[in-house]
Amino acid sequence: MNEWLLIFLMALVTFVPRYLPFALAGRLKIPDTMERALGFVPIAVLTAIVAQTALVRDGSIDLSLGNHHAIATLAAFVVAVWTRHLFATIGVGLLVFALLRILLPG
Amino acid sequence: MSTDAATTRTGQFALGVLETLPLVVAAFPFGIVFGAMAHGGGLSYAVTLGMSAIVFAGASQFIAITLLFAASAMPVIVLTVFVVNLRQMLYSANLMHHVQHWPQCWRMPLAFWLTDETFAAVTDRINRHPEQPGLRWFYLGSALFMYVFWQISTTVGYLLGEQIPGLQDWGLDIAMVVAFVGIVVPALKHRADWACAAVAFCSALLTYQWPYQSGLLFSSLLAIGVGMALSKEVGAGE
Repeated sequence: MNEWLLIFLMALVTFVPRYLPFALAGRLKIPDTMERALGFVPIAVLTAIVAQTALVRDGSIDLSLGNHHAIATLAAFVVAVWTRHLFATIGVGLLVFALLRILLPG
Repeated sequence: MSTDAATTRTGQFALGVLETLPLVVAAFPFGIVFGAMAHGGGLSYAVTLGMSAIVFAGASQFIAITLLFAASAMPVIVLTVFVVNLRQMLYSANLMHHVQHWPQCWRMPLAFWLTDETFAAVTDRINRHPEQPGLRWFYLGSALFMYVFWQISTTVGYLLGEQIPGLQDWGLDIAMVVAFVGIVVPALKHRADWACAAVAFCSALLTYQWPYQSGLLFSSLLAIGVGMALSKEVGAGE
């Protein structure tokens, strides 16, 4: 397979969805309902990604204590609710993950 | 151009860099894993960096090389990348209201640099300081910072992949997950927001086996619908 052709096509299908709404902004009036719906986008999309990445490991849902991703994510969630601080959330999440890796290697 | 305006530009650019810093820190291991995976799968450095520089889309790049190494056909890879990127169309549409005053020569590069991270930083700034001028300079700072570090982390990953076999199996994607948690949780203000998150979470787990990550898109749309329904019920998102 031509890898550069693949990159070119990937770039195309990545750029067009990113650019299309930007290009049309101002020429197209967004209805209020649509605007309200778009406000939920970050919460909906990022939460769905978090759920799948933290709990689906090696192709199936892993709710065991051996799932270090899930435990670290839960720790990050607790810190985020408590402090609402991005750096603290990332720091504690990574720290918990590293400790689990070192203390309980799978 | 007055000095005030110039100060706003530089200040906003610097602020964009600063407020994206935690997200860049979180994306760095992700780039390292990408570089290491690409090396492990036998891609050349030129192709690996070319993908990071020309496509510039973390999740899509991972999926593309995973499919590539599984010997998938090119149309399948391109279609999958397209579907995965539809969420960025939602991001872009979300920002339309702010973008409409920017010239087209700004919109094109800023759209190219639209990532989860920059979108998160920009929406956070809009939420906290809705009236502050210079949003596009903030956006530019955030985007360029992210872009430069994505290329660096890809390169570091490729080089480390040569030294440390199996680096891609260390589970470094955890950094992205905890960063997203840190972005989403402070945005959960009303009951409708929590419901939206809960539905997205459960639905994503029920649909993870759907092909081409379509479960991700479906769950997002379902969660947005639930959030809408609940915020209407109690009035304007209260």
